[in-house]
Amino acid sequence: MSPLAEVMLSVLVVAGGVFTLIGSLGLWRMRDFYTRLHGPTKATTLGVGCLLVASSAFFSITGDGLSLHEVLVSLFLFITAPISAHLMTKAALHRRLESLAELPAVPAESPQTR
Amino acid sequence: MLNLALTVGFALVGVAFALSFARLLMGPDATDRVLALDTLYINAIALLVLLGIELASPLYFEAALLIALMGFVGTVALAKYLLRGDIIE
Repeated sequence: MSPLAEVMLSVLVVAGGVFTLIGSLGLWRMRDFYTRLHGPTKATTLGVGCLLVASSAFFSITGDGLSLHEVLVSLFLFITAPISAHLMTKAALHRRLESLAELPAVPAESPQTR
Repeated sequence: MLNLALTVGFALVGVAFALSFARLLMGPDATDRVLALDTLYINAIALLVLLGIELASPLYFEAALLIALMGFVGTVALAKYLLRGDIIE
């Protein structure tokens, strides 16, 4: 393996690990469910994305030909992450979890009440 | 160089695992626990991909794909259960 490819792979692997850690750190640190939902999306898209690109490049360099089946995993994750986040938010709203955000103030003269 | 990067990557993903697991145990509500499980399967995929590079074996990729499929189905089933009180109506 050429030194340039090795440096590139190392950077991708470390970046993937850092983003995965940032996602879990967000999950651990944030204070209500709706902000907590925001953290792990970084782990899904950037973290696992970087690692899968690194894996694809590694097996393309060391193996016989182009190794593209890693794209399947990232494609599947990119498609399913919004769906599961949407369902979890619906469940949280249904269970009436309280949010840190304040409700908007009721206007004194709203057009509907007239 | 790559071996050092892989060791660092393993350490980072391991810490991420511990933090997600802490949220799984702490989680004030059931939806927080479902979210923690969702994050845990993402972390498991990351760990398997790293292991595949470390051992230079494409075998671990299949396991990562299976975990991605089953994890999504599990998250949807749990969220659906919390939402409706039933999975298949």
